[in-house]
Amino acid sequence: MSGALEAVDRAVFAEWLQRIGDNVLILGHRVSEWCGHGPALEEDIALSNQALDLIGQCQLWLGLAAEVEGKGRTADALAFLRDAGAFRNLLLVERPNGDFGQTLMRQFLFDAFHIELLRALKASSDPRVAEIAAKAEKEVAYHLERSADLVVRLGDGTTESHARMQKALDLLFPYTGEMFADDATDRAMAEAGIAVLPSSLKAGWDRTIADVLAEATLTHPGEVWQHGVKGTGGKTGVHSEYLGFILAEMQFLQRAYPGASW
Amino acid sequence: MYAQLVKSEGSKSREEMTPQELAFQERIDRGEKIEPKEWMPEGYRKTLIRQMGQHAHSEIVGQLPEGNWITRAPTLERKAILLAKVQDEAGHGLYLYSAAETLGVTRDELMEKLHSGNMKYSSIFNYPTLTWADMGAVGWLVDGAAIMNQVPLQRTSYGPYSRAMIRICKEESFHQRQGYDIMMKMCAGSPEQKAMAQDALNRFWYPALMMFGPSDKDSVHSAQSMAWKIKMNTNDELRQKFVDQTVPQAKYLGLTVPDDNLVWNEEKGGYDFSEPDWSEFFAVIAGNGPCNAERLGARIKAWDDGAWFRDGLMAHAEKAASRRIAAE
Repeated sequence: MSGALEAVDRAVFAEWLQRIGDNVLILGHRVSEWCGHGPALEEDIALSNQALDLIGQCQLWLGLAAEVEGKGRTADALAFLRDAGAFRNLLLVERPNGDFGQTLMRQFLFDAFHIELLRALKASSDPRVAEIAAKAEKEVAYHLERSADLVVRLGDGTTESHARMQKALDLLFPYTGEMFADDATDRAMAEAGIAVLPSSLKAGWDRTIADVLAEATLTHPGEVWQHGVKGTGGKTGVHSEYLGFILAEMQFLQRAYPGASW
Repeated sequence: MYAQLVKSEGSKSREEMTPQELAFQERIDRGEKIEPKEWMPEGYRKTLIRQMGQHAHSEIVGQLPEGNWITRAPTLERKAILLAKVQDEAGHGLYLYSAAETLGVTRDELMEKLHSGNMKYSSIFNYPTLTWADMGAVGWLVDGAAIMNQVPLQRTSYGPYSRAMIRICKEESFHQRQGYDIMMKMCAGSPEQKAMAQDALNRFWYPALMMFGPSDKDSVHSAQSMAWKIKMNTNDELRQKFVDQTVPQAKYLGLTVPDDNLVWNEEKGGYDFSEPDWSEFFAVIAGNGPCNAERLGARIKAWDDGAWFRDGLMAHAEKAASRRIAAE
């Protein structure tokens, strides 16, 4: 095992890896719900591709989480056999798809955070983390380019598209604070040099959001109430009602036919 | 086969052809490719639009029965493979709509015809996918049947269609393999999994045979399309080939093809088998299959719900263009 493991408790490291892995798993699941139902064929293809990237990243992050945990579990066991309270994803990624504008806005708000996170993790003291981050960064750079571009076009499109994007922004912005709220796990990981404090990513995110919203002629919601920032959010396993339904669907076969090989 | 009952136009004998039509037919007979800007009989153009349009529609409606299981795929790897596969289908739709556009029809016009029921898609996609084994059966049987038709279509006379088919065939063979791989896993699994696999074969066998269209004796549009090389084999030839290929694969899986009359015929070097229930086929084509309303409804909903999105992008593009002009 690498030196990084000695610098931080295994359970803490595994917990932190599950946060990243669960974000991309649940967002990938949400995005994949669009497959076959997109507003244009090109969008359908792009969204499916993005879901595919996210599920691929999830395999790497949860695979590493299982390895670090060292209890003989696999990425699949983590994805399909944990109950909602053991999931560590942000509340933002489990928000329902809503209309296509809400899906895009959720993606943009997350992509802008995700890219900052991955860029920072490329300098991780754990080479496995750095390697996954470097691979994922290439994909996520494209996700952000695409979601930012569409937010601009639709914000500055018709009256209706503008209104829908503003509504999506107002609806989802209260779920962004959780991305930057540091807790004990984050601090332990930062001290070990494996990760950085989430709060350190906020300035970069703020700049991206401000630039894109301005170009999109959308109004920044400003200081609003933020969900899940006081240690009672998705990162600590306190989810919205939606996650239970996502898992009921996602885990159905593994639960109905325990131990079967697929 | 993703094109069924495509109405062909303009059947003429050589004596009835104008010199231009005759020259065109001779090019096809020599195996030359017809390219978009070249002269072609109106009937050739219209028949191709119908066939390629129906094929494209089948690809995008075909996303739905498999898309139905993406969120329930049993492992991360199966989820990724299925997503990739369904994404490929959307990509095939895109190539084919683009190829059809070279014949002077827009994608929006073709969509409108799909939504209004004036153009069809393959009957197979009106059947439900009820278990995970159906993902295996669809890949194995439905993509298997599609390949039977699409491999020869790589040699079709219309250049853009032929080139689209070459790309599509590469991906389809991967799709069929992934379907068969699911079936192998299910058949080597628990008794419940094997029962699921058998049930999937039972439900998809006859609908798969229907994909090739009615028997040659009832197929009224084949001759002209074959002369134009936009149809390369008869329906019955392809169906026979499919049965001959698939029966040993079912045996290898330890599954039983749901046909008591299935027997090897030494003399013809192929299997004798039961015809599907053609009254069911015509009912499904007419809109009365188990999922017609859901499949078409989902496509129409996607289109209608996406109107504001497409309008927004158009409006932005126009604003951006006028800003550029103002800046010059």
